Amino acid sequence: MTQLDLTTLSVRDVNAALHQVSQDTFHLLNPGGAHALACGLNAEISVTVEGHAGYYCAGMNKHASVTVTGNAGTGCAENIMSGEVHVRGDVSQSLAASGHGGLVVVEGSASARAGISMKGVDIVVGGDVGHMSAFMAQAGHLVVLGDAGTDLGDSIYEAEIYVRGAVAGLGADCIEKPMETDHLATIDQLLKRANLDANPKDFTRFGSARRLYHFSIDHMDEY
Amino acid sequence: MADQADEHHIPPTVPRKSATFDDYTLSEIRRAAATGIYDIRGGGTKRRVPHFDDLVFLGASMSRYPLEGYRERCDTAVTLGTRFATKPIELKIPITIAGMSFGSLSAQAKEALGRGASAMGTSTTTGDGGMTEEERGHSDKLVYQVLPSRYGMNPDDLRRADAVEVVVGQGAKPGGGGMLLGQKITERVAEMRTLPEGIDQRSACRHPDWTGPDDLAIKIQELREITSWEKPIYVKIGAARPYYDTALSVKAGADVVVVDGMQGGTAATQEVFIEHVGIPTLAAIPEAVRALQELDMHRKVQLVISGGIRSGADVAKALALGADAVSIGTAALVALGDNDPALEEEYQKMDTTAGAYDDWHEGNDPAGITTQRPELAQRLDPIRGGRRLANYLAVLTMELQTLARANGKSNVLSLEPEDLVALTVEAAAMARVPLAGTTWIPGNENRDRPGSGPTLD
Repeated sequence: MTQLDLTTLSVRDVNAALHQVSQDTFHLLNPGGAHALACGLNAEISVTVEGHAGYYCAGMNKHASVTVTGNAGTGCAENIMSGEVHVRGDVSQSLAASGHGGLVVVEGSASARAGISMKGVDIVVGGDVGHMSAFMAQAGHLVVLGDAGTDLGDSIYEAEIYVRGAVAGLGADCIEKPMETDHLATIDQLLKRANLDANPKDFTRFGSARRLYHFSIDHMDEY
Repeated sequence: MADQADEHHIPPTVPRKSATFDDYTLSEIRRAAATGIYDIRGGGTKRRVPHFDDLVFLGASMSRYPLEGYRERCDTAVTLGTRFATKPIELKIPITIAGMSFGSLSAQAKEALGRGASAMGTSTTTGDGGMTEEERGHSDKLVYQVLPSRYGMNPDDLRRADAVEVVVGQGAKPGGGGMLLGQKITERVAEMRTLPEGIDQRSACRHPDWTGPDDLAIKIQELREITSWEKPIYVKIGAARPYYDTALSVKAGADVVVVDGMQGGTAATQEVFIEHVGIPTLAAIPEAVRALQELDMHRKVQLVISGGIRSGADVAKALALGADAVSIGTAALVALGDNDPALEEEYQKMDTTAGAYDDWHEGNDPAGITTQRPELAQRLDPIRGGRRLANYLAVLTMELQTLARANGKSNVLSLEPEDLVALTVEAAAMARVPLAGTTWIPGNENRDRPGSGPTLD
C-alpha cells in the first residue's frame, strides 16, 4: 500500500505516480477538494481518496477501482470506460457523464444531470438525483433508490432508468415502461454489485418511447 | 395622351420577380408547406459576405523591398501548442485539415485527408464520431476532438492523438449540435457512437460535464492530467463573440484557439442556422487578435482561422491579419472530388447541379465522400484522393509564399495588417485596414488605438 499526501505532492505528482504502476493500492491523503484526482487511470489498481474530491475525480477511468470517502464534485467518473468508482458521500452534477462502461456507485445523492449522455455505464445512486438526469442517455443503467428531479431521461435513447422514489417529471420522449422479470434481475444484480439494500419490486422502470428517433412533424411537441 | 396608332395594343411590362420573394425563397416556402420540416443541408453560408476577396496586398514599392520570387527563402513552418504542452505540434505548412467526422465522411475520404495532409507535413482532425484506425494510421499528426456528444470518446485515443481540440462551437452553427440522419447511421457508425442503427442522430450542443469558462479551465486540467501535459489543447469556437470567446479560451488555459467563421462548413444543420447565426471569418480575425494582444498572448497562444479558405491568397490574408495558421474543410473535400462537374448527370438526378450539391446528410454523394454507402464510397480512391489534396495544399503554400515574398517577407508569419488594404468600406471596417487609396479605417475615428468596443483592461 502506498500513501500519497496532497499537502506535499501536487495533483500532477499524484496522477503521474498512479499512471506509472500496473498493480498497487493507494491512499490519497488530504485531497482538499482538488480537481482531476485519479483521472485517466489505466490499470487494475485500487485508489482511495481519503476525504473530498473536486471536479472530474476518476475521469475516464479504465480498469481501476476508485473510492472517495467524502463528497465528489462535478463530473465524477466522467466518461468512465471500465472499473469501478464508489463515492460514500454526495456528488455534484454530471455524475458519470458519457460513461461508456464500468460501475459507478454513490451512497448519497447526485445533483443535476446524473448519467447525462451515458453510453453503457451502470450507475447506482443511494439517494436522490437532480433534474435532467439521464439526459440523452444512450446505453447502460441508472438505478436511483431515492427520488428523481424534473425532466428525467429527456431525449433518452436506449439506456434504462429505475427509480424507487418519486419522479418530479419526465423529459421529452421518456416514458414509464412495464417491469419484466429480466429487469428485476438487472436491478437485483446492480444493487448487489453496489452493496446497497433495496427490493427490486419497489422500483419503476423508465425508457425511450422512441418517438424522436426519426424526424416527424407529428411529434412537433416533443422537439 | 394615348398613342392613337397603337390604341388596341398596350405594350406589356417585363414580368418582374420580387427581390424579397426571389426564386429560392419561393421554392423554400413551397418545400416547407409540403413537408412540415425545416430544410437541412451541409456546407457553410452561401450568401455573399465580406471576405478575403475584399482585401488586397500592397506589395513592395520604393519603401518596401520584395524578395526574389523563386530563389529567396520564405519559411512556412509553424509550431502549435507552445504555451503549456511539452510536445507541441510542428507543421511544415500553416494550413491544417479541419475536423470532419467519420460518419459524415466515408472511411475512404478520411484516409485520403490523412494521406494528403501527411504528405505535406500538416495535421488532420477527427470529428463527432470518434477516431478510426484509417485516419490514425494515415495521419502523421492527428488532432482529437472532444465534442459535446462524446461519441466514441476514449482515453486510449486521447493518449494516441497528437493534440486535443475541445469543440465549443462551429462557424456554421455557433450554439448548435450536429446532426447525422438515419441514412448514414450504418452498423459501423452506430457502433462507434453507441446508437441504434438507422436513427436520426442529434448531437448535444452543450458539453455534458462543464458549463462556462471557469469549468472549462478545470476540464482542460483534467485532459492535461490524462495526457501527462504532453499534448497541445486547442479550443475551437464558432465566430460569434470572438473577442470575449478568445479571451475566455486563453483564460481557461488553451494552447491554441481555433476560430471558425460562418463560411465554415458543417455536415448537416438547419439552413436557417447556417445562414442566420454567426459572423463572417473576416470580421472575426481582428477581434480574436485584439483579445490575444491585450492579454500579451499573441503568438504565444496560437490562433487558427477557418471558414471559407480557398486559395493561398486567403491563407496569406488570414496570416497578415494575425492568424498563426488556417484550417480548411470544404476546400479539401472539393480537392478530393466533391461537387465535380464530371458527375453532373448524377447531380441532376437529385434535382441539383455540380457546385450546388449540399444534401450531404442524405448519404447519396456520387463522389463517394459524404456517404456511408459502400458502392459510392468505393468510388473514392484514397491514394489518388490523397495525392490531389497534397497537390492542392502545395499550390496554396506556393501562392502563400509568392504573396509573402512580394511583400518582402522571408517568413509567412511576418505578414502583417500593414501589408493590406480593403476594397470596400465594410471590409475596411471589419478587417481594420484602410480603404484602398486612403488612410481611413472606419470606426477608428477619435480612437487612441485600432479596434473598437470594450477592452479587457
